[in-house]
Amino acid sequence: MDKLKSLDDLKKFREEAKKTTTTRQETESMIIVGMGTCGISAGARDVMNAILEELNKRDLNEVNVSQTGCIGMCEKEVLLDVKLKGRERVTYGRVTPQDVPRIITNHVINGNVVEDLVVGKPEN
Amino acid sequence: MKEISLHILDILQNSVEAGAKEILLYIKEDNHNDKFRIIIRDNGRGMDEDLLKCVVDPFKTTRKTRRVGLGLSLFQMTARQCQGDLKVLSTPGKGTIVDVVMSYNHWDRPPLGNMPETIISFLMGSPSMNLKYVHRFDDRKMVFKTEEVKEMLESDEPFKTAKVAYMVKGFLEQELLKLYGGEPDG
Repeated sequence: MDKLKSLDDLKKFREEAKKTTTTRQETESMIIVGMGTCGISAGARDVMNAILEELNKRDLNEVNVSQTGCIGMCEKEVLLDVKLKGRERVTYGRVTPQDVPRIITNHVINGNVVEDLVVGKPEN
Repeated sequence: MKEISLHILDILQNSVEAGAKEILLYIKEDNHNDKFRIIIRDNGRGMDEDLLKCVVDPFKTTRKTRRVGLGLSLFQMTARQCQGDLKVLSTPGKGTIVDVVMSYNHWDRPPLGNMPETIISFLMGSPSMNLKYVHRFDDRKMVFKTEEVKEMLESDEPFKTAKVAYMVKGFLEQELLKLYGGEPDG
């Protein structure tokens, strides 16, 4: 990826960006990162940036990334949820940046839950 | 927190929880006067006097998932260790200002840390936020506005697209390098 010399360079990317916005609504894959004080002190920022690296490397612009505050499982932070369309939401705990490529390849792309990192499926 | 920027990320998240649509983040690294200033101003729902009085008390929190709220108290502790303080000003319905000042060259001052990663991880989680980020280092200044990115891409949530987030992160890295007086590569 070329570096931006100025924000003007973004203009070249405008049409492509519009296209990905429309495809996203159909796929609805979600990654949610716990970004409360507990999540941040456990390394949520590094996990978020690892997600960005991986999505960018794989050109996965149709995946939604979102954040949530503290959900009360502070000791298991960094918490990362994956919700694929039509599938139940899966919560991973004590996630490190090194775990991110595995979660994205196995779960987000191929639909296979990374069982050893799962801490819960709160919606069921 | 190992870095001041992680405290900043934490306070930015408070603004999100308060329903803010606009945030101003101001950082001033004043080496000459040995002063480090961080201001975060939002237009969220604000707090009344009672809540404001106990806002840095770790055992008061508005959340229901746990009974302690550590964010502001941790940042205040860091500031006080470095001959400074953290103050919160707020008006219900208008917004909140978190004002932090500390000694820039104090032994115990944590490094500012990685601001591009901080800003981008924040914007990925809150892609529609209007954030203005002003960073001064001695007499130099950098300004970044998410509104400009929104206008340019004609999108309300530009940071939802990984490629955009990635490009803007690279842009911020270069701008900060320039701010600190280094030569941008490429």
